[in-house]
Amino acid sequence: MKRAHVYLALRYLGLLAVLAISIGPFLWQFATSIKGPNEDVFVPDFIPDDPTFGNYAAVADVVPVWNFALNSLGVASVNVITNCLGAAMAGYALARLKFRGRRFAAVVFASSILVPFEAIMISLFLVMRGFGLTNTLTAVVLPGAIAALNVLLLRNAFLALPAEVEEAAIIDGANAWQRFTRLALPSVKGTLVVVALFSFMFSWDDFLWPLIVLSDQEKYTLTIGLAYLQGTFVQNQRLVAAGTIIAVVPLILLFLLLQKHFFRGVGEGAIKG
Amino acid sequence: MTHRPYTPWLFLAPGLAICSLFVIFPFLNMIVLAFTDASALGGGQFTGVDNFVRMVQDPKFWAAARNSGLYMVGVVPPLVLLPLLIAMLVQKVVPGIGIFRTAFFTPVIASTVVVGLIWTWLLDSRGLVNNVVEALGGTRIGFLTDSTLLLISSMVVTVWRGLGYYMVIYLAALANVPKDLHEAAMVDGAGPVRRFWSVTVPSLRPTMVLVGALSAVNGFRVFSEIYLLSGGSGGPGGASTTLVMLIQSVGRGLTGEVGYASALSVVLFVILLGLLLVTLKLNRREDQL
Repeated sequence: MKRAHVYLALRYLGLLAVLAISIGPFLWQFATSIKGPNEDVFVPDFIPDDPTFGNYAAVADVVPVWNFALNSLGVASVNVITNCLGAAMAGYALARLKFRGRRFAAVVFASSILVPFEAIMISLFLVMRGFGLTNTLTAVVLPGAIAALNVLLLRNAFLALPAEVEEAAIIDGANAWQRFTRLALPSVKGTLVVVALFSFMFSWDDFLWPLIVLSDQEKYTLTIGLAYLQGTFVQNQRLVAAGTIIAVVPLILLFLLLQKHFFRGVGEGAIKG
Repeated sequence: MTHRPYTPWLFLAPGLAICSLFVIFPFLNMIVLAFTDASALGGGQFTGVDNFVRMVQDPKFWAAARNSGLYMVGVVPPLVLLPLLIAMLVQKVVPGIGIFRTAFFTPVIASTVVVGLIWTWLLDSRGLVNNVVEALGGTRIGFLTDSTLLLISSMVVTVWRGLGYYMVIYLAALANVPKDLHEAAMVDGAGPVRRFWSVTVPSLRPTMVLVGALSAVNGFRVFSEIYLLSGGSGGPGGASTTLVMLIQSVGRGLTGEVGYASALSVVLFVILLGLLLVTLKLNRREDQL
């Protein structure tokens, strides 16, 4: 029995060590963000002598950080809607409707998954310029608006539904759109939440594509806005720290609210991605 | 007839439009552009394999490919092993375990940019890590100013951010390891270390291959970590530039050499596809065993 106690103590020791490693850096950043102008930010002191939220107001004076946040929020929200609706529609057709060319459509989506974004980004920039969309938030949204992976995730979810319910609806004279919106869509809510969550997170975190396609500061999303802030105001680390906290808090809240879906999403993405 | 012949295509139209306009078309266009001298301003003459000849002679290309390759080799072993150990640590339900699991996942949900900026601050010449180093009697280390150390620091950031993500994948796999195998090994007198190597590792092999493959592909694609830790410069003299960073800097802006950047992209694509195919093959071999 004594040995079990030793093992348990060791386990907690390990857990605490990993805890320090994984959230320590966030705490340090938060501590920096609430340090006053007279406090030395280089001293390893996690509890400021004179905590202030003034840096959060100050960061908005040097760069339009709330504007950046609003841009990010807009892009991410549109991404959630287009991905949930567009991917569900395509997934439903692939899973539940019989037609010629279904195989072809499935191949288009499957091959899209195999193309890494990094390989096509320059070419994609030219496409956006062709449409006259460079330096717009529309151009930020479009490439990820309906991700092929989400189409296949939802196709699999629709495939798993029993056929009988829909057969009954067909006899009752429901058309394809009615069956989709009233029967199929409500039955795949779980997968939709995963798709919504990961679309939001992916979009909120995206860095490389906005960096390429946006050039005006007023169009910046939070991620490139922060990199810009770091590049310009690196002398005042308190402001950069406040900016990063602004960027990370919405995601942490979202995560705490919807934890179990996050973990499910990682599982599904890993198996099917 | 349950629907009109064109109905499915109405359902598919938005998805197909997005994927063909913004994935398939740019992909095909990239292959064509790779054989031209197109610039950012458009145009471009067909120049055959000139871009590829230039690439072979371009020391920047070799340096970038080497950095991406090193990055991949550097992050895969820790990302295969450490998250497994953490998963085993949080697998057993003890009081407070939910809090630990949630906390360990936090770096995953913070965006790469946030993580990059936090670590830039931690690893700064005057930063927290260097303060600790100095307090322990060492001299301050140029984590972000030496090109080799910059690469290693970025790898540490990638690994740190990946711990929680792969931990969740391992947790799901650990739940499927048959319990009686462990019990049988215990009866035979095998200690914890022995049981880890002879029971846990063999039964998790497919998951470890999957994690290895995912982290290898992501490692080779690295951009943000090095970009942020070097403040966009790719290290002193650009010596830590990776392949994706090179593509971005060659192809971007008004002076962008689109043709050459496309040729580099073709190489990137072939390498990533190759990694994927090797993985699938490894996976299949695992299934046969």
